[in-house]
Amino acid sequence: MSVEAPVATHESAPPPRQEGGVMSRNRGVIATVITAVLALLWLFPLFWAVLNSFREYEYTQANGYLSFGGWTTANYEQAWSQGNFGLHLRNSLIVTIPAVLITLWLSSMVAFVLARFSFRFNLAMLGVFLAANLLPPQALLIPVFRMFREVSLPTFMSDSGSLLNSFWALILVNTAFQMGFCVFVLSNYMKTLPHEIYESAELDGAGVWRQYWQLTMPLVRPALAALATLQFTWVYNEFFWATVLIQRGDKLPITSALNNLRGQFFTDTNLVAAGSVIVALPVLVVFFALQKQFVSGLTLGSTKG
Amino acid sequence: MATTDEAPQTDESAAPPTQRREKRLGGHDRLVIGAMLALPIVLVVGLVWVPALGSVALSFGTWNGFGDLDTIEWVGFQNYQDIATIYPPFWPAIRHNLIWLAFLFVFPTLLGILLAVVLDREMRGSRFYQTAFYMPVVLSVALIGFIWQLFYSRDQGLINEVFGTEVDWYGDPDVNLWAVLVANAWRHTGYVMLLYLAGLKGVDSTLREAAAVDGASEVRTFFHVIFPVMRPINMIVVVIVVIESLRAFDIVWVINKGRNGLELIGALVAQNVIGEATRYGFGSALAVIMMLISSIFITIYLRNVFREERQR
Repeated sequence: MSVEAPVATHESAPPPRQEGGVMSRNRGVIATVITAVLALLWLFPLFWAVLNSFREYEYTQANGYLSFGGWTTANYEQAWSQGNFGLHLRNSLIVTIPAVLITLWLSSMVAFVLARFSFRFNLAMLGVFLAANLLPPQALLIPVFRMFREVSLPTFMSDSGSLLNSFWALILVNTAFQMGFCVFVLSNYMKTLPHEIYESAELDGAGVWRQYWQLTMPLVRPALAALATLQFTWVYNEFFWATVLIQRGDKLPITSALNNLRGQFFTDTNLVAAGSVIVALPVLVVFFALQKQFVSGLTLGSTKG
Repeated sequence: MATTDEAPQTDESAAPPTQRREKRLGGHDRLVIGAMLALPIVLVVGLVWVPALGSVALSFGTWNGFGDLDTIEWVGFQNYQDIATIYPPFWPAIRHNLIWLAFLFVFPTLLGILLAVVLDREMRGSRFYQTAFYMPVVLSVALIGFIWQLFYSRDQGLINEVFGTEVDWYGDPDVNLWAVLVANAWRHTGYVMLLYLAGLKGVDSTLREAAAVDGASEVRTFFHVIFPVMRPINMIVVVIVVIESLRAFDIVWVINKGRNGLELIGALVAQNVIGEATRYGFGSALAVIMMLISSIFITIYLRNVFREERQR
């Protein structure tokens, strides 16, 4: 409301409108040019990675990177086999897809209870979930690590025999961490639904579960889609827990497997570039296919409902 | 913390059933609600809150983690004292985390705000520019470390080739922190821009027009009309930047596991658990320091959320 004060005081002053118009048009052009240059600058690292991933190491080494030529697809073949990316991509998906689905399912239930009822503990519970999402994961590392080492699993669930070095560990940890954000976003979204729909549902004798599953869930589909997109990229990109909880090479998700492409004393950056492009591809595909969901997912969390 | 926890409860009971319309819930419905909450709560308490308390407890002992809990030797504040006095990487790490924070605030955050303001106006190609800026946001920070190696590598990097230098940008402790920060800024700018763009969409366009009619300059309009409306976003961005700088781990870990100029608290904790020596008590004390710092900002954030919740 304070914003109206300066506007009102200026009402009497005759506006130098003509001049202002010209000024802002010039300034608009300058802004456009600067933005365009910056945008190209921003695209450059990825462009450079893609470009050099298609070049032979011997060629760029002999002629420098500012040369033109030496085109090959061998880097991709080598990256795929040397990095064992087929296996690691599979690992990433085995972790990411269940983690995202479970996160959305569990947090939608909590969000429903928070939005639908006004219990005394609602705010405290929102706090418990949200704060968990904001704590630095390192702060929990040691107890979680030790706990997981202690929990033994039958070998058909984890061939390491314990939660450590198993996909279950990553699914559980990611779910526990990501729920906070999803609960927050979903409960805000659910609060925008008209309360009357629940009243008529109750008149029809629908219990709490049916109100959640058959009434609320279909109505929050846009928010679920946005969150699914976002969570997919976040869990796929997750690096900290994957690094500390998985120590067996064959269980690593794909981001951590990029290290396989680096030699101890020497690194072929063209090969690493090819590997980076392979790792980036799934999230870039999701991003371009579902850009709207991605953006709205991020911004749902920061603005009200 | 205590104030934020109690305030909502007193408030809820003070502003009671006027807008709330439930009748008493039946026993069956109560059971269903309990079941719906049980699993999520068990997960978040068991995997976040219990470990958080566990870290606090362990920080007062020494333990190599191999024996049972009764092999822990309780030493009081010894770990904290050692960290501050005889643990060489600690103070550099604190300094690096602070530089990290300051850098993120000064460069990518301001640039992100600026870009959001420029791109918010209907401008030809705005969509394209927005996509260009936030594409790096979908990439993982670890991956960004690898991608930027194409610029930073001593023998094969573009920077050295263009400028004829021979700097090992990731390896030289005088420059590697800055190299990492630049790579990080590539991702962070788009994130901030996105958050502010969303905030700006919420600015009432009539306000802006009114200001324009009154002849207020664009700069004035920004500071008097737009910026106040974005206040909730400012707060979120502050919290995000602080927490991200505290958590920072991925990119330094892929480069050199957080040594040699790239010490960060987050990496030091990991070094004490999966490094050569497993020092659980010591690592936990580092973790608790991180927790304490973050809890200040988490409290600020939750306060804000609760205030908004109660206004609904």
